[in-house]
Amino acid sequence: MATIADILAEHKDKEGPLLPVLHDVQKMFGHVSEEAMREIAQALNLTRAEVYGVVSFYHDFRKEVEPRPVLKLCRSEACKARGVEALVPIADNQSRIKVEAIYCLGLCAVGPAAMVGEKVYARLDGAKFKTLLEAM
Amino acid sequence: MTVRISDDAVAIACGADDVAAAFIAAGVAVERVSSWGMHWLEPLVDIDGIGYGPVSVDQVADIINGNAPSLGRIEDHPFIANQTRLTFARAGKTRPLSLDDYYASDGWLGLARAREMGAQATIDTVMTSGLRGRGGAGFPAGIKWQTVARASGDQKYIVCNADEGDSATFADRMVMEGDPFMLIEGMAIAGFAVGADKGYVYIRSEYPHAIAKMEAAIKLSAHLVAPFVVEVRVGAGAYICGEETSLLNSLEGKRGEVRAKPPLPALEGLFGKPTIVNNVLTVAAIPWVLQHGGEAYAAFGAGRSRGTMPIQIAGNVKHGGLYEVAFGITLGELVHDIGGGTASGRPVRCVQVGGPLGAYIPPAQFHLPFDYEAFAAADALIGHAGVNIFDDTVDMAQMARFAMEFCAVESCGKCTPCRLGSTRGVETLDQIIAGKNVEANLALIADLSETMKFGSLCALGGFTPYPVMSAIKHFPEDFG
Repeated sequence: MATIADILAEHKDKEGPLLPVLHDVQKMFGHVSEEAMREIAQALNLTRAEVYGVVSFYHDFRKEVEPRPVLKLCRSEACKARGVEALVPIADNQSRIKVEAIYCLGLCAVGPAAMVGEKVYARLDGAKFKTLLEAM
Repeated sequence: MTVRISDDAVAIACGADDVAAAFIAAGVAVERVSSWGMHWLEPLVDIDGIGYGPVSVDQVADIINGNAPSLGRIEDHPFIANQTRLTFARAGKTRPLSLDDYYASDGWLGLARAREMGAQATIDTVMTSGLRGRGGAGFPAGIKWQTVARASGDQKYIVCNADEGDSATFADRMVMEGDPFMLIEGMAIAGFAVGADKGYVYIRSEYPHAIAKMEAAIKLSAHLVAPFVVEVRVGAGAYICGEETSLLNSLEGKRGEVRAKPPLPALEGLFGKPTIVNNVLTVAAIPWVLQHGGEAYAAFGAGRSRGTMPIQIAGNVKHGGLYEVAFGITLGELVHDIGGGTASGRPVRCVQVGGPLGAYIPPAQFHLPFDYEAFAAADALIGHAGVNIFDDTVDMAQMARFAMEFCAVESCGKCTPCRLGSTRGVETLDQIIAGKNVEANLALIADLSETMKFGSLCALGGFTPYPVMSAIKHFPEDFG
């Protein structure tokens, strides 16, 4: 398993390396911890506040690990037009899966759409959505 | 027999991988190609030009045995035959990562032509084409290029904005997943024209398939665009990073906050250096423009909107997908003749054009031609040319509230009208929806919208009033 030092070394020659570093740390550890922020700040000659500011700005970076499996459900206009809001109560009626809102997967003519990891799902209806949640 | 099935994210999300696996299991060779853009037919199976779709795994045996009903020749399908595909000329026809396919379909001819005619003539060609920025602002690409070319600096950059966050848009995604070499070629031409040796494609993290394709294509074509170097950078779930100055901050590893303009990115952009920031569709149009000449491109279009626009027909629509056509087509044609009305079969109540910051347009205005100036005159915007269709079950007060809510979630926080105005907007619309002081609160919303429109630093706060005020103007019966 790569360490934060390995990740930093891999990106050291990049211009503006902070986002690529944070993406890899998030991917490897499931979050960007306080200690990770300090180590990154030190290596990139940034203040801890600057790194914290970036981590907290972007929706993709978590400061704590999410223990549950995550499903991202598109809640933007095109999926609303195709009925995604009717799926929301199904998500709310369970707590085993973390269902997060996402704003657009670019599957706007075949929504409602969702993403789990890097796998995408379209044409969801109540039954398909339930099956998808249960299979996770 | 060779079966062609798309590996575009829409096709995959609709089950194309399983269908492809079923053909392979039956001993049939499968080629994974780009998508034709007829999304309601995905997974679309193409056998020697004849289409079948949408195909499910249990239909595979019938298709192989010739017992399945076909759609006829895909190229003759009215949805395809009536388009003018310049940017999407290869859609459905080539394997996205095949350099052979790209060469065989006029790939790299634009770059070769540019190198032959020289940097200034390349810029002049883009100028002549009348190509305007496809990200939404519609700024003439040639003028931007000329500005960067004339700017002094030892280092210049080409930044391709692939942070396609607007709902109802997917053309950028389709370019990157279906024809990534075209985008690389366009960036290399831009780099050659202005003297930049480094290009970044900033892709949103919601597009993992596009990221993978672009990274692979960059590796495969590095020797063809050298000394120009392209690198993918991945966004991190912030809608605001589609705004060019916020995108530049994000690329530099900072919070994606908007910068005040001036200085223009063309003069002081990425790391303070002269930078072209162009949308994917702008860059993707460039190879065609160079290969065929500026006049040929300018021959398409209407008024000051020249060329073609890859329009994305989405939402509650029967025939949704990618429709590239010369500017000037009317909204009514797009919604009814091409889109076939709603998927639900109910009457169309409105369309939203241009993403979350675009106006809601009622059927009474469906005569509007697709043209930057015509839309602006009607208090609407083309944006990235997403057309999102709603049926008569939509609650416009909820959509207006969502516009404010979205702005509140995605605001970068730098300017007050956007940061605070959006939250106050949600609260005030909640009052209206609850039936409290409706008239006074509507007046407040109108006032707040003026402040946001004229006081915000960028289009997020500045354009959120479009969906809000258009919903109130055209559908007052939904408010209180």
